[in-house]
Amino acid sequence: MHHDPPSLFILLVVLPAAALMLYLLALRHESNWPRHRIIAFATGITLLMLAGTPRIADWAHHDLRGHMIQHLLLGMFAPLGLVLGAPGTLLLRRLPVRAARRVAAFFGTIPLRILTHPLTAALLDIGGMFVLYLTPLFAISMQDPVLHILLHVHFVLAGYLFTWSIAGPDPAPHRPGLKMRMLVLFLATAAHGILSKIMYGYGFPHGTHAPLAQVEAAALWMYYGGDLAEALLAAMLLVIWLRRRGDIATMRPVAA
Amino acid sequence: MAPTPAGQAHDTRRSLLAAFLLGAGIMAGVDEILFHQILRWHHFFDRSTPAIAIISDGLLHSAELILMVLGFLMFNDLRRRTMLSAAHAKAGFMLGLGAFQLFDGIVNHKILQLHQVRYVDPVWAYDLAWNAVGAALLICGLALLRRARG
Repeated sequence: MHHDPPSLFILLVVLPAAALMLYLLALRHESNWPRHRIIAFATGITLLMLAGTPRIADWAHHDLRGHMIQHLLLGMFAPLGLVLGAPGTLLLRRLPVRAARRVAAFFGTIPLRILTHPLTAALLDIGGMFVLYLTPLFAISMQDPVLHILLHVHFVLAGYLFTWSIAGPDPAPHRPGLKMRMLVLFLATAAHGILSKIMYGYGFPHGTHAPLAQVEAAALWMYYGGDLAEALLAAMLLVIWLRRRGDIATMRPVAA
Repeated sequence: MAPTPAGQAHDTRRSLLAAFLLGAGIMAGVDEILFHQILRWHHFFDRSTPAIAIISDGLLHSAELILMVLGFLMFNDLRRRTMLSAAHAKAGFMLGLGAFQLFDGIVNHKILQLHQVRYVDPVWAYDLAWNAVGAALLICGLALLRRARG
């Protein structure tokens, strides 16, 4: 097996640390930035770094269970923290007005609106996992260092895109309505569970020479770990919905 | 109870619904932890299960998960706004426990045949006990609901 810890280390430890530094530097200009956003963002960064520590990376290289922990951290739990940290808001405020407008206009173009639609994001994120685990791609990625790196980049980016397309404090003017987002989250959660069961039942991913018990344990961790992450994302989305309803309930007596 | 100063009474319908969702979700959790993992009587996947059963089971599980989160948030919200009716919540919780247990016993075990309660002979005795517990919980819930409605 080919080991390539330095580039993975740069990707998952050095880059996130730099992102956290920039985030904290940008905060110097903010007078009342909510503390829970800082904690959320720092937690997300910590989870990325944890997944990139040589110990976990090595474990992930020779044990499917290690890979699954890495996958859950990178693709599901870290993005929750990062999205809740509202880095987009911070970035837009620090950019000059013209540049910020350009960024906003860019996100309004048709290709970007298609890319950031929850359905596309779910296909890239959960659909990508179906391709990875049910085809020889996973076994190939264990031998090919470049593919291996790209895979980890994909986990983080697709996880972040999906999480942000569903909920979170960052501006998302083209985000579809709550019903569509709820439907996509429901289908994505089901698809994730179904994939875990297929992996458990039929011993996927194939071609890794991992013992069946290890494959089954990895699939179980994916099932329950995924459930927890999707439940947290559902809570983020449902809080928005309840708050809207709650606002109406608390406004009425005041108006009366 | 008298309306609160803000003019809000207890929201009995939402109290019932929130607790029902929690009850159903907790019963699903009990099933997964107690029977799947500790006792290992049945497993979450039977290898001879047809594709349609895995898919329907996945959709069901996803709906359960989201509804349980919704129940938790609604319950929390009602409590915070002191609009929770405890009597309705108790009834809803019992109804949720019983409804899930019966649903699992009849639809998952018997109609979809995803898994059985335990792979022993006679399985009907386990089915009977499973569904009797579900029915008893449901009846308790209905009795509590009658009392809550006064």
